[in-house]
Amino acid sequence: MMAKVIVVTSGKGGVGKTTSTAALGAALAKSGQKVVVIDFDVGLRNLDLVRGAERRVVFDLINVVQGEAKLAQALIRDKRVDTLSLLPASQTRDKDALTIEGVEKVITELREKFDWILCDSPAGIEKGATMAMHYADLAVIVTNPEVSSVRDSDRIIGLLDSKTARAVKGERMDKHLLITRFDPARAERGEMLKIDDILEILAIPLLGIIPESPQVLTASNVGSPITLNSPESAPGRAYFDAAKRLMGETLPMRIPSERKSLLGKLFGRRVA
Amino acid sequence: MSLLDFFTRRSSAPVARDRLQILLAHERSAGSDSNLINRLQEEILQVIAKHMAIDRDKVIVKVDRGKAMSTLEIDIEMPACGGRLGTGN
Repeated sequence: MMAKVIVVTSGKGGVGKTTSTAALGAALAKSGQKVVVIDFDVGLRNLDLVRGAERRVVFDLINVVQGEAKLAQALIRDKRVDTLSLLPASQTRDKDALTIEGVEKVITELREKFDWILCDSPAGIEKGATMAMHYADLAVIVTNPEVSSVRDSDRIIGLLDSKTARAVKGERMDKHLLITRFDPARAERGEMLKIDDILEILAIPLLGIIPESPQVLTASNVGSPITLNSPESAPGRAYFDAAKRLMGETLPMRIPSERKSLLGKLFGRRVA
Repeated sequence: MSLLDFFTRRSSAPVARDRLQILLAHERSAGSDSNLINRLQEEILQVIAKHMAIDRDKVIVKVDRGKAMSTLEIDIEMPACGGRLGTGN
């Protein structure tokens, strides 16, 4: 198959880009696809930490872009899923060391080796973010059901449609919305933007709804994507659904809820 | 929260949706919106300055972006007397 380059972006920080990149990457890889996740957040890398690979970083994206290391030397293969690799960001170098030509060279080389290339964008609309989206075929826009996040997503959609390589060539950029930290009960009570409100405002198709869950923090605490650490949890299942949609499956949109154990049901809370 | 508050509380999500719709309608349509207002302010003040002295620190510009229409309000404090430059009516 032709490799697909996906940018995971949002504009706003802290909405779950890195968590979602790690979770989707692992979900795709678990179904046998060859996946690489690239951290574009130069100076503030975190994908390595969320993936539990922080102690194995030797070379990074900038080293490869600058020709100081071979791509194969910089890629870190996941210990749990062997079709999953990570290309970390540099923690010490300046983001100006990223050049559009350098990024193109790396992406072109990765396209030959992988089925999916997931680019984890930094927050903001500066160079790091525009580099991460530049060569994307498809964008996953991570949005929280909250006014500032929706506004920033709208801004990012504007950039995707005007500044990327595809946009410049006059081609269509596929954009998909991933709503994270959704609380169905609060939305039902009118305390949180509803899914339909967000879809109407942003006017892009929905890739998935990730429910708010304490399991997401637990997964990042231990350095394991939620789709590996708790694949049966509500957010885990929601990310698997989203990954299947990326692979072209049509699934009914559901908001998974936590499955309570018998004890949990009896005592009204989840038993860990 | 009293029981009355509980029953009369308006949900905030529709407010969020309406605010976003208005804001984004403006942000999408006019990238140079702020420039336009700057130019308008500058030109309007130039016209008025032909006829009277204006203290630039006492010019207040307000914009209210609404759903159906927006308003631009420019408040210019006029000196009590002696501010005239002579050519006015």
